[in-house]
Amino acid sequence: MIEMTDVTKTFVLRRRNGRRLRRERTPVRAVDGVTFTVERGEFLGYLGPNGAGKSTTIKMLTGILTPTSGRVRVAGLDPSRARTALARRIGVVFGQRTTLWWDLPLRDSLTLVRRLYRVEERAYRTRLAELTALLELEPFLATPVRQLSLGQRMRGDLAAALLHDPELLVLDEPTIGLDVVSKATVRGFLARLNAERGTTILLTTHDLGDIERLCRRVMIIDRGRPAFDGDLAALRRAAGADRQLIVELAAPSPPVELDGVEVTLVEGPRQTLRLPDGANAASVVAALAARHEVRDIALRETGIEDIVARLYRGDQEISTPVTS
Amino acid sequence: MGVIPWASWYALRRYSAYPLGSMAEAVTNSFFGVVRAAILLALWHARPGLGGYDATDAVTFSFLTQSLIGPVQIFGGMELAQRIRSGDVAIDLHRPVDLQAWWLADDVGRAMSTLVLRGLPPMVVGALLFTVRLPDPGEAAAFAVSVGLAVLLSFALRYLVTLAMFWLHDERGVQAVTLVLSLFFSGMIIPLVAFPETLGDVARALPWSGLIQVPADVFLGHRTGGALLSGLAFQAAWAAGLLVAGRLLTRAATRRLEAQGG
Ligand SMILES: Nc1ncnc2c1ncn2[C@@H]1O[C@H](COP(=O)(O)OP(=O)(O)OP(=O)(O)O)[C@@H](O)[C@H]1O
Ligand SMILES: [Mg+2]
Repeated sequence: MIEMTDVTKTFVLRRRNGRRLRRERTPVRAVDGVTFTVERGEFLGYLGPNGAGKSTTIKMLTGILTPTSGRVRVAGLDPSRARTALARRIGVVFGQRTTLWWDLPLRDSLTLVRRLYRVEERAYRTRLAELTALLELEPFLATPVRQLSLGQRMRGDLAAALLHDPELLVLDEPTIGLDVVSKATVRGFLARLNAERGTTILLTTHDLGDIERLCRRVMIIDRGRPAFDGDLAALRRAAGADRQLIVELAAPSPPVELDGVEVTLVEGPRQTLRLPDGANAASVVAALAARHEVRDIALRETGIEDIVARLYRGDQEISTPVTS
Repeated sequence: MGVIPWASWYALRRYSAYPLGSMAEAVTNSFFGVVRAAILLALWHARPGLGGYDATDAVTFSFLTQSLIGPVQIFGGMELAQRIRSGDVAIDLHRPVDLQAWWLADDVGRAMSTLVLRGLPPMVVGALLFTVRLPDPGEAAAFAVSVGLAVLLSFALRYLVTLAMFWLHDERGVQAVTLVLSLFFSGMIIPLVAFPETLGDVARALPWSGLIQVPADVFLGHRTGGALLSGLAFQAAWAAGLLVAGRLLTRAATRRLEAQGG
């Protein structure tokens, strides 16, 4: 569905240089040698810190930016050459922008979108009914878009992007600014769309809940360069994410000694133990209870937030080779 | 049917969504119609028959051109400019439709909406307060065609200026220059017939005269027969030429496009 081969995009920033009138031109590599393939039916999360080049990648995928070098193919087309033809086959949603018309009721915006994509009347009716039910649009179909809340507008935008039943849906921060309930609606909807219709979805987000809930595959880019590509479990492993056992002993004691288990923190009677990869937590607990009097035990996994934070900060060398 | 007529229809509805705002503008336009009529009357009292207009022509010209302010958007500007600045143009480019055709359709809808909401009141006010010249049905029909061409021409001009945003990232400079050109050379400030000879000839050859002066002359019955045809041809030729230029510039702009904002 998507093929990117060694794609770079360089912006030239023109900055006024001191008092001289001549402007200095500094090239900025927003995307720097990105290669990846997305198969039909995949659900890919595209992550990266602010300014990593996610939006730029999306703009190249959809043909509104021409790559400086490299090859891009989406649905077999070269996006920047066949932008209009491609637009009929893909859906795009930008969380911070809207495709809807501010002064028109949502329903009218959707009919205009229907005209734009030349959706047959009957297909349109079925599709609209479906989307209205799934995205719960009914209460505000007649409301002018300018009066919609962010979450309502977002759902309207999703409907607009999907009226023509695209093969690929590209989402740039679709859950930005949404409350927990709206997020859940949007996520549930996207999961169904991918599972039931087989729509390929590429999504960028800063909300790692989106990723945990939705994406089977995660790609991370950092300063324009691909830094990781794999599933969530691989991401955990790559980031050296581990499980921690927090035990509360009856009394303060020196660090416990167990095979292969490292004590990372001792706070009075409470000790934090790091479990090695693949260790059996149950047997560690059993061994511990055999030798010490244990009051309480908690098992903690490193959250995806922590993992990604580590990767973004560059604390952690990413050990898995980037696959594509 | 393609999407383009629908785009115009929805634009018409969109621009009619704030009738109060339009009414306020219509009141302003009418008020300045009175002011301009008084000034031109003074001028024509001093120089009767100036440029072939009589005093009634001059008064009618004042109100008529106030009516045309909205439809030909004589003060310039386009919603697309803000969309380029904010990066929302990315949305437009994600649509399976030609950028120029889309915005032309939008502009036609806008012009139709303002023609009714902002165009009628100044003429009505003029007719109530002064003696104005009204066209016969033939002249009225010719005037309708001429206004249609003026709208196309106005779009073609503003679209070119707007596209400059892709290179300049700030439209205020170009906007200021084109505003002066458009007000002065269209005949909006003083009818071109009252211009000194050489300057008048130059002004009449420039595209802006097709926005105001040509339609006004048609309305006043100063262009009939061959002169009417040449006037309409003049508008059509400039519109076509500038639309083609806009087309080429669109291609260049989208090629170097750096849609702003992520
Ligand atoms: N039109 C532009 N002109 C110049 N530089 C740009 C332009 N658009 C983006 N950039 C630069 O390219 C880099 C990548 O930007 P991009 O918008 O792709 O980041 P992002 O990953 O989407 O970030 P965020 O998470 O903040 O949305 C940034 O350094 C940005 O400053
Ligand atoms: Mg972004």
